[in-house]
Amino acid sequence: MTRAPSIMAKTVSTPLILIAILAAIAIAVDAFGSGPLARTVIEMLIRVVLVVGIWIFVGNSGIISFGHVGFMCLGAYAAAWLTIPPMLKQISLRGLPEFLLENQFPFWPSALAASLLPAVFALILGPVLMRLAGIAASIATFAMLAVINTVYSNWSTVTGGTSSVIGIPTVTDVWIALGMASGAIVIAWLYAISRSGLALRAARDEAIAAQASGVNIERERLIAFVLSAFVCGAAGVLYAHFLGIITPDAFFLTATFVALSMLVVGGINSLSGAVIGVVFISVIIQLLRWMERGVQVGETTVAIPSGAQEIAIGLVMIVILIFRPAGLLGNREIVWTSRREPRVARTQPAE
Amino acid sequence: MTAVLQILFDALSLGSLYALGALGIALIFGVMRLVNFAHGDYISFSIFALLWPTTAATTILFLGQVPPAVLIPFVILIGAGVSVLSEILVFRRLRDANPATLMIASFALGFVIKNLLLMLYSSRPKSLSILPGLAQQVEIGGARIPLLQVVTVAATIVILIALTAFLKRTRFGLEMRAAAQDFTMARMLGVRANRVILLAFAISGMLAGAIGLAIVVQTGTADINMGLSVMLVAFIATVIGGLGSLYGAVVAGFLIGGASVLMQVILPLDARPFRDAFVYALVIVVLLWRPQGLFAPRTAKQRV
Repeated sequence: MTRAPSIMAKTVSTPLILIAILAAIAIAVDAFGSGPLARTVIEMLIRVVLVVGIWIFVGNSGIISFGHVGFMCLGAYAAAWLTIPPMLKQISLRGLPEFLLENQFPFWPSALAASLLPAVFALILGPVLMRLAGIAASIATFAMLAVINTVYSNWSTVTGGTSSVIGIPTVTDVWIALGMASGAIVIAWLYAISRSGLALRAARDEAIAAQASGVNIERERLIAFVLSAFVCGAAGVLYAHFLGIITPDAFFLTATFVALSMLVVGGINSLSGAVIGVVFISVIIQLLRWMERGVQVGETTVAIPSGAQEIAIGLVMIVILIFRPAGLLGNREIVWTSRREPRVARTQPAE
Repeated sequence: MTAVLQILFDALSLGSLYALGALGIALIFGVMRLVNFAHGDYISFSIFALLWPTTAATTILFLGQVPPAVLIPFVILIGAGVSVLSEILVFRRLRDANPATLMIASFALGFVIKNLLLMLYSSRPKSLSILPGLAQQVEIGGARIPLLQVVTVAATIVILIALTAFLKRTRFGLEMRAAAQDFTMARMLGVRANRVILLAFAISGMLAGAIGLAIVVQTGTADINMGLSVMLVAFIATVIGGLGSLYGAVVAGFLIGGASVLMQVILPLDARPFRDAFVYALVIVVLLWRPQGLFAPRTAKQRV
């Protein structure tokens, strides 16, 4: 059918531009920004990994998933199990298996292993969940999130229950976060132009026609699901190594909705939308934080009341959705050529 | 026997809350395919409207000690008000948006309402006792049942009967059922879309107010997140019941309430903290068995 080199060459500008945007922000902040701002940028890059991970499944399959933050949770806790110094683990996480209790692993091998755990979990649960479609599938992913959250909140000897797990080495810096975000974007792009990605998008837009053309929807969905679980797991690893402290409730509803909001505001059907949504919302949050602290206007300092930041961010999101229901990018990709060709055609919502 | 009665009432009263919540969500989903994540915040809002805005720990009742005959309609009307207002200000402008956009918009709206309450009242839970008469217990068949549970179940039954009568016997009800079944067709046959949707929002908001009352009487505290857990279960009940089926939503609400209470009783002690995990796993199983829901309307099946 399609020759792989040609589609790669045609679309390669999208991930390159997106990575360039993130790199430009990271370099600018590293050169001129303050410590707190650098932390904000790391947070943003972690969110990029998460939202791009969610996009791999949601964007290509058209199924809204509430469960992917659960994969982030699995990844973060796995990273904690692998990298917390044994002395601490033997006190707080006594239920862990022997080889975890005795050893401490370096960052990169542990990060890979910790990201693989949610992927394996997705591979086991996926064949069951992927049989569902539409809103039933969304609810099932939510149920999965609730199960993960309940188990991790109560399995005290292994996860520390609702109290925080501390002592995770804080190694995430701007460059590691940037590298992982770039990696996530490349993985997502490669998947999107792969045979499976194309088939899955065809199934998203016209399920019955795709099936008639020989697309095995469940199988393609499963591939996307496992891959996105892996990337979301990596986001969890980054997060754990960024804060050094994790609780199950950090990976529940608020995080889910924030991530989905960024995706929808950016444009749910395009990879560019996922990345731009995160950048855009993060920038607005930062601007509002500054305004909350006070802005010098002539002689006086003008500040919005404390707590107004959250209200404003909600209102901004509503306004964007009212004026651009398909998101900022409107389902298009950012490409280098002057004629902006939509790689993903605008489609009617499936009834 | 008494233990069984106790469990039965526990299940029924919890199920009542879920059923009313599911009904509120299903009504709106039926007419405009919106999964309204702001519903839980309507619940909190209608209760917090009773309180004077203060971030202090003390609770000042805005309405003082008004008699229940005023208090109950007030809360219910506030619920309807905030619900109708959100339709006029937000959702009316999103008529052509796809379900994902609508859902995120409703989440953003809920986020705004919640943070507005946070700003005005702080995150500290407020203790307040309204309708204290309901705290006492009554004896039914030898079991001591909190009066509140009896009243909750009775009120739910009354609400369900009234709503059924409304939907089956009045013109508005007919229009709403028609709209829920096939919105486009209903419009072509002369159902005025905006009016039906507004009505759905009003009823849904009233139900939210009623749930808020039941929760606050039971727990004695008003918490910003009080509506959240009910809303999530209600949302799941709507799907399990079969989207678009009001009857299914109610039955599924009671089923989930029953399953939760039953699991609390029959699970071994070690597994009890994981009760919710079992309930949600059960949800996945039910969905696999009936992806369209237990009582899916015949029209729900996609035709080629």
